[in-house]
Amino acid sequence: MSSDGSSDNIERYSFDVVVIGAGGSGLRAAIEARARGKKTAIISKSLFGKAHTVMAEGGAAAAMGNANPRDNWQVHFRDTMRGGKFLNNPRMAELHAKEAPDRVWELEAWGALFDRTAEGKISQRNFGGHEYPRLAHVGDRTGLEMIRTLQQRVVALQQQDAASLGDPDAMIRVFAETTITRLVKDSSGRIAGAFGYIRDTGRFVVFEAPAVVLATGGIGRTFKVTSNSWEYSGDGHALALLAGASLLNMEFVQFHPTGMIWPPSVRGILVTESVRGDGGVLRNSEGKRFMFDYVPDVFRDQYAETEEEADRWYTDPDNNRRPPELLPRDEVARSINSEIKAGRSSPHGGVFLDVSSRLPAEEIMRRLPSMHHQFKELADVDITAEPMEIGPTCHYVMGGVEVDPDTGASSVPGLFAAGEVSGGMHGSNRLGGNSLSDLLVFGKRAGDGAADYVDSVSASRPAADEAELTDALAEAIAPLSRTDGENPYTVHAELQQTMNDLVGLIRRAPEVKQALTELEKFKERAAHVAVAGGRAYNPGWHYALDLRNMLLVAECVALAALEREESRGGHTRDDFPAMSPEWRKVNLVLSLSGEKLELRRKPLPPIRPDLLALFERSELKKYMTDEELADLPASEPAGPASESASESESGSASESESKEKGH
Amino acid sequence: MGYKAKFRVWRGDAGTGALQDYEVEVNEGEVVLDVLHRLQATQANDLALRWNCKAGKCGSCSMEINGRPRLGCMTRMSVFSPSETLTITPMRTFPVIRDLVTDVSFNYEKARQIPSFTPDASVKPGEFRMMQQDVNRSQEFRKCIECYLCQNTCHVIRDHAENEAAFAGPRFLMRVAELEMHPADTADRRDIAQEDFGLGYCNITKCCTEVCPEHIKITDNALIPMKERVAGRKYDPLVWLGSKISRRPKSEGTPVAVRPAAKDAT
Repeated sequence: MSSDGSSDNIERYSFDVVVIGAGGSGLRAAIEARARGKKTAIISKSLFGKAHTVMAEGGAAAAMGNANPRDNWQVHFRDTMRGGKFLNNPRMAELHAKEAPDRVWELEAWGALFDRTAEGKISQRNFGGHEYPRLAHVGDRTGLEMIRTLQQRVVALQQQDAASLGDPDAMIRVFAETTITRLVKDSSGRIAGAFGYIRDTGRFVVFEAPAVVLATGGIGRTFKVTSNSWEYSGDGHALALLAGASLLNMEFVQFHPTGMIWPPSVRGILVTESVRGDGGVLRNSEGKRFMFDYVPDVFRDQYAETEEEADRWYTDPDNNRRPPELLPRDEVARSINSEIKAGRSSPHGGVFLDVSSRLPAEEIMRRLPSMHHQFKELADVDITAEPMEIGPTCHYVMGGVEVDPDTGASSVPGLFAAGEVSGGMHGSNRLGGNSLSDLLVFGKRAGDGAADYVDSVSASRPAADEAELTDALAEAIAPLSRTDGENPYTVHAELQQTMNDLVGLIRRAPEVKQALTELEKFKERAAHVAVAGGRAYNPGWHYALDLRNMLLVAECVALAALEREESRGGHTRDDFPAMSPEWRKVNLVLSLSGEKLELRRKPLPPIRPDLLALFERSELKKYMTDEELADLPASEPAGPASESASESESGSASESESKEKGH
Repeated sequence: MGYKAKFRVWRGDAGTGALQDYEVEVNEGEVVLDVLHRLQATQANDLALRWNCKAGKCGSCSMEINGRPRLGCMTRMSVFSPSETLTITPMRTFPVIRDLVTDVSFNYEKARQIPSFTPDASVKPGEFRMMQQDVNRSQEFRKCIECYLCQNTCHVIRDHAENEAAFAGPRFLMRVAELEMHPADTADRRDIAQEDFGLGYCNITKCCTEVCPEHIKITDNALIPMKERVAGRKYDPLVWLGSKISRRPKSEGTPVAVRPAAKDAT
């Protein structure tokens, strides 16, 4: 064992691009980097094909206009900005809306089999916050279809490489069950690779590469009631901070309105929004469809006021307004919470989600097969015959690595991020369906960005600083060398409870402050956890190492939640219940200075005039300050500016954005 | 509810191992995976097991519970009596890495040998037109969560490692069927299904279908129709005559199974 501490015992690989994460964005990034001729590694924390993307149910939002020809990227952009309460990075929302259709069609050319319209096109379903049916889907297992398609595309590329180069791993290689614990840099601060361990034997490994794409997903495992798996420990968020990059929007955590609540062991497991998109309604213990009481002013014009109108919308969406069950997720989650607090909850402390009285049993089985299966097997509930009991569950983090919208580049040279681990795209609240499309659009862009970057440094590839490797190895091995410390499972369970109780769906300053105090104690405890056993497939050891990441992201969430004194999207302050136009102009940005997290305020990038022109002035008034409104052009242009004009304007916008990054 | 359950869990690695006895608390509504997690958190911190979604969607927590291949997350404790001892062992067909974790790389190798989706190159993305009734069958097979319980249970390889080279197993024969029935795929994999992936080894005992947590009718909807297609090709007199007269190679119109070069040891 004495030789363990030496960096000689590290297995070494060399690549052009290392993608950390094998979900939708990671695989899409890797496919792109390989297409650009870059030797690419995919680092997967689990087995290949098990990533969290498989959990996505509803679909991928893309304005293909198959279900309603009025749909287009402008409408999708508008819905995304409304859903994010205008805090989104407008360039990201624009790119996403424009490119999502091509990314979805591409999947079909790689073998994906989406559900079809009567004309044989990709079918599109309704979802919260989307004006038209927009989600490409496969029943309620769209994420599985996406991950399998991308996985099989990687295999197809490997077959091509086997044929032309004699080795399937020549250009794209998957490292399954491998965890990265540190990014390593060269002496000038550029990314030089990634250090970690391979689970089966616990051997250490370094992937030397000039470009790293973070595609590690979210942070849900920091909370007790969550729809996320053990993998979601904020690894990429923490790796980015530790490497010197910054995070933004970390106060915005999405609590999905409908998680299972009974039995206790399944609490938090997701119930897809498609249940509501396909006609399911929310009722309280009095049988009342309570969502009509909770339509906020900003959405008043777009949602039905009576059950009759809401019900007509499913068959005649052009002449009726949407049911309030299809408000964005933050609104629905808060409304459910209010009903529960008012004492109108279902027997196990949630509310009822009913599709059984709304659709024939066969139709439910066809549209929602995996929900039927899940409730039957796990809760012994037949959703075709009785309502489900549901409540909010931690589902998604809007916050993440601050990136350049076009390339996914962070402020650290060579470090890129895409998907849930990146921030800005969804503003303060993500619309359902916008995640799968986000993964594809920005996964591709990050793969491209990384390939361009590799080309730019081909004359001087960075070399990993050996001292950094030695430190990384010492850090990774530490929990195994302690003999009398606490059990990492206990520390983790208590951390989850604390975050759930004190920085959950509804926040108050004294509680968030208390959480920050508690987090200091957790840090102390985590520094002393001890793990029995060796390095070979030892989950206790893996838990101990993940704690560092969860504590860092938990502190980011708490610091930003305390700072932002308003309520918006996935951040609700009981003591500041209103949405503030002044706060809309502000992003909260976190970075590490030594061991200390620093928070600063940074202005949001401006919305280009042609994009602003997509909204009525009366709507912008609900979000913007008087000064901002005064600056708006008096006569609004009739439609969006031409493509070429908008491209050139955005170029200058993102330049000024990157200049602001103070590092 | 709330009682102490008796669990016998296989602990060990590739070299040696044995069943170990534990008593673990069980609460109302729990599944086997919950109890194993409690065991891990309280008594056996280093117990190796795979899991991800805890909702039957990722296919990670495959194991054998009282000898039956199952997902730990979809096996409710209420189906066992509180006095029963549950024996939890790793999937038997695959080599053990540690405790309940097995080396399933066999499956990834087979996946890499099947010629991929081959669309008509002239159809551009966005221009595919497929009717729902034509995609239903392949969609059923694409429900597969790759838990490999069917691979684990198939007697062709369960007790006969010597067959592994010549037999892809139900999951990957179903993948061949999925591509064959994909309305936009143009390749013909019938010959290689038989000759390279060992379709003929399957004698339709339906064990795979029985253990499938997604309830995919693997045997009835994938394997038997594939056998019929292969037989149809083999005994079609025109195909037979053509192959004799023109002496064309068997691979014509049929992709060859992709055999990757041997990988380096790492």
